[in-house]
Amino acid sequence: MKRALLCAAALALLAMPAQAQTPKQGGQVVVAFNNDLTTLDPHVGYDWQNWSVIKTIFDGLMDYKPGTTDLEPDLAESFTISADGLVYTFKLRDGIKFHNGRAMTAADVKWSLERSINPATQSPGASYFSAIKGYEDVAGGKATDLAGVTAPDDKTVVITLARPDATFLHVLALNFAFTVPKEAVEAAGADWGKKPVGTGGFKFIEWVPGQSMTLERFTEYNRPGVPYLDKLVFSFGLDPTVATLKLKAGEIDILGDGIPPAQFAEAMADPANKELIAVGDQLQTGYVTMNVTIAPFDNVKVREAVNMAINKERIVKIINNRAGAATQALPPAMPGYNPDNKGFAFDPEGAKKLLAEAGHPDGFTTEIYAMNVDPNPRIAEAIQQDLAAIGITAEIKALAQAEVIAAGGAGKAPMLWSGGMAWIADFPDPAGFYYPILGCGGAVEGGWNWARYCNKALDDRAAAADSMVKPEQIAERAKLWMGIFDDAMKDAPWAPIFNEKRFTYHSARLGGEPWLYTDPIHIPVNYDYIFAKDAQ
Amino acid sequence: MGELWRAFRKDKAAVAGLAVIALFVLAALLAPVLAPYDPNFQFMDGLTDDGQPLPPSERFWFGTDRLGRDQLARVLYGGGVSLLIGVLANGFAVLIGTLLGVTAGYVKGRIGAAIMRFTDLMMAFPALLLGIALAAILKPSLFIVALVIALVSWVQVARVVYTETLALAERDFIEAARALGASPTRILFRHLIPHLMPTVLVYGTLGIATTVLFEATLSFVGVGVQPPMPSWGKMIFDSQSYYLTAPWLVFIPGAAILITALAFNLAGDGLRDALDPTQRGRR
Amino acid sequence: MLTYLAKRLVTSAFILLGVTLVTFCMTFLIPADPVAMIAGRNSTEQSRQLIREQLGLHRPLPVQYADYVVRLAQGDFGRSFARKTDVGELIWSRLPATLLLMLGAIVAELLIGLPAGIWAASRRGRRSDKAVMTLSFVGVSAPQFVVGLSLLYVFAFWLQWLPLGGYGTVWHLILPAITLGIAGGGWYSRMMRSSMVDVLRQDYIRTARAKGVPEWRVVLKHGLKNAILPIIAMIGLDVGIFMSGVVVVESVFGWPGIGQLMWGAIQALDIPIIMGVTVVAAAFIILGNLLADLVTPLIDPRIRLR
Repeated sequence: MKRALLCAAALALLAMPAQAQTPKQGGQVVVAFNNDLTTLDPHVGYDWQNWSVIKTIFDGLMDYKPGTTDLEPDLAESFTISADGLVYTFKLRDGIKFHNGRAMTAADVKWSLERSINPATQSPGASYFSAIKGYEDVAGGKATDLAGVTAPDDKTVVITLARPDATFLHVLALNFAFTVPKEAVEAAGADWGKKPVGTGGFKFIEWVPGQSMTLERFTEYNRPGVPYLDKLVFSFGLDPTVATLKLKAGEIDILGDGIPPAQFAEAMADPANKELIAVGDQLQTGYVTMNVTIAPFDNVKVREAVNMAINKERIVKIINNRAGAATQALPPAMPGYNPDNKGFAFDPEGAKKLLAEAGHPDGFTTEIYAMNVDPNPRIAEAIQQDLAAIGITAEIKALAQAEVIAAGGAGKAPMLWSGGMAWIADFPDPAGFYYPILGCGGAVEGGWNWARYCNKALDDRAAAADSMVKPEQIAERAKLWMGIFDDAMKDAPWAPIFNEKRFTYHSARLGGEPWLYTDPIHIPVNYDYIFAKDAQ
Repeated sequence: MGELWRAFRKDKAAVAGLAVIALFVLAALLAPVLAPYDPNFQFMDGLTDDGQPLPPSERFWFGTDRLGRDQLARVLYGGGVSLLIGVLANGFAVLIGTLLGVTAGYVKGRIGAAIMRFTDLMMAFPALLLGIALAAILKPSLFIVALVIALVSWVQVARVVYTETLALAERDFIEAARALGASPTRILFRHLIPHLMPTVLVYGTLGIATTVLFEATLSFVGVGVQPPMPSWGKMIFDSQSYYLTAPWLVFIPGAAILITALAFNLAGDGLRDALDPTQRGRR
Repeated sequence: MLTYLAKRLVTSAFILLGVTLVTFCMTFLIPADPVAMIAGRNSTEQSRQLIREQLGLHRPLPVQYADYVVRLAQGDFGRSFARKTDVGELIWSRLPATLLLMLGAIVAELLIGLPAGIWAASRRGRRSDKAVMTLSFVGVSAPQFVVGLSLLYVFAFWLQWLPLGGYGTVWHLILPAITLGIAGGGWYSRMMRSSMVDVLRQDYIRTARAKGVPEWRVVLKHGLKNAILPIIAMIGLDVGIFMSGVVVVESVFGWPGIGQLMWGAIQALDIPIIMGVTVVAAAFIILGNLLADLVTPLIDPRIRLR
């Protein structure tokens, strides 16, 4: 009996750490990144690294429930949408303060949207707001007042659209729509990007370029209880391999850049890491574009042949199984993903037949552009070998990111591997995956539709889908988008290769549900909700 | 010539160095015959299920790389590129650097100053940017890599040779030659350059290792050999972060570079001693 | 001496100008559009044109260049395309780290290279000479990433004697300096040895030896004095090499130097940063060589500067 009791006690002790998930207030967390951040201006920052740091400092009218892709009001308490889907009325929460102590008002929301669109800001996200009435005037530099946004009183923002836009609430959750205090922006001038003042859970303290950045909990944050951490420190400049050593030595808490490939297999195999590595999906598709306007890729059979020739499973293995083979343009976690669409099966013999039918029985010679940072050249090499098996000789052009983007934009790249070019969805809606990279709008000089695929009929169907703004139409709209992507991929302008997964490695002293560490919106983690178990 | 060979032959280390060089050159030339597999073929079973490279085994003597390719074949094929870069491009740079440096140091005056200021200018360019720009105008090729390496490397040789020449020119034996009416060209080639040989040898041999590694950096920005073509430098560059988990990826091409540089050093030392009558027989 | 210095400083200004011109031209030869990088994937031709005009990139290249040089002369390096912040500030904030690493690396190189070279020269042809030679080749051939990570693994992670990367104290400097010193030390030891061997054959050394002066005094006094000139030229060169940045070592040790800044700027084609770093590095390269030239006659008075 005594023994049994002892055993039970021991078991209870063992179970303790798993249950000790009650968040504690206090403590600090150190996140290591290889590269310095570029900017903290929410209207300018547009890479995965500054994206989530900005999210902890600033807020917008809308946000997502932590760890999910479900929209919820943030700075707004509630909102209504008019029957025609053109007028959005937001009621702001009470007691929202900027980090400088001033109360935030509706006028700040309006001014921030205007700043984001104003060409002087050079915001890469300005065009997201193109549905707002008066956008053209502000974006064209003809006006600074955005006619479609009004602030009838301090707590009310009314946004009027020129055309219905089903993605508009997502747009308002983008960093580009975040609210900033006019006086602080103007006082900082061009240095605003390194002296941010927001309304978010963490306020900015210090940035030592190339070394570190410190944020502190904003005690007057409008959401009670969060963030849990008192201090958030980012350390910059360390190679991920060394960062892994530092994590093991307990000097840092989160590998911002993920687990380096060289250490991945070892880290995953270590049973001690079971609780420390969170695995989740990412709204990402890696794909190869084929320029449909130049021979031989102007022939759909050739493009289908390429799709059938590539052994996606092997490519997934090359990147240590850190992805799932893609069957279509959209990643599985995205609304509109078609689970019944199995894509092109790996079939080199069939591919050869198709090539012959297209008039290339002996194949042809072409080029594939890829960014020069690992693993992208390796993936290009794997694709190269698969293409060689059906007679296509693809010369690899592994270049700096800016050069690859330029080649794609100029339509000079017959084939282009998208990896490393930051194609992670800005928001969890299929529309964002269509217009810039598959729609006619992007298929121009300098655009990002590197396949130059332009199907007017699909563009019309996309416009129709995005005019369905009523909540009860959500399912129907997703179905429309499913059809659009299925039909686009029937034309095979891309060969979708894989959908990346996220593996976030953190120290044992951190707590919080695993999904906070693979939050689809906050990459690498949702800083507002994680906590330190050893906080005093 | 025969006498030279006889003198050289006495130096066992030098002969060994020469033999290794011959062996490596031969191996690079005969790579298509010697390599057990196609260097670019990615074996389906060349990686573990986790996607890790395979260690050396009976099937893959030097293991496989991160795409499941045979490392032995890649080392053999990569030798051609690396020897060309390390020996020829670097040798060319050393030659130019020596000639310009010795001229600047001996002639002095306007010409000397002009040469040295030109080296300042060349040194100040970011080599990577130069590479990217050249690759943009010309088609990426081994030739451009060799060109960039030669453009970048000669400057350092020139600086050091210049300073040494300044000192040498004031030595008694140069004064003596001048007093005896030797022409400047004669002094340059008969008296100065032989005394500079040790320095030239240091750059000619150690430079092999640095240029071979530098080639990988240039390839990275799209200047040089493009994937899947192997080179020793690239093999190291691409997989250096793996050296704790898959050491063969780094150490095998690294050893190839080291042995090449050492062999050239031994042979070079022997050649210099054989050429220098005062040194014969006294080691 | 002073006229020489004045002449050199004037030419240096022209060289610097030449460097800016050629670098400027090179950035425009690269087939990439910085505006496209700023504007992002949702941009339109109209928005790109607006950005182009704001940055002044729509103007003819000679005008852009002249504008850049005029501003540079006033100490204005312009603003980064991606970060929008002042490039001068970005560079100055990283310069102390770069200079410190440069200093540490040069000291390490000399501490490793010179004794090894002298020792090898004095034991020419013996086994210890060969061992030093092999080691120096290993040092030069070893990839810096491998050396740096190995040192970190042993001394910081395993033995915990030194910090695991980072910047701040003297302790942080030791491992990155040694990493660079191992490669550079290989060069210095070879140069030192070959200069010494050459000097040790000179008649006056033989005379001194015959007079019964102790071997080590002969080696040090005469040998070192003559061998030191090329070494000084090499130090001058190292100033340039380390100023242009040592990306790999900076990255392994998390050292906030100029190399990482430049590397990122090249990837994103952030022209103002590329230009700024090049100009500052060039200034130091020219300065390094100038200093080396100025020191030369102090060591060997027979050499005069003209």
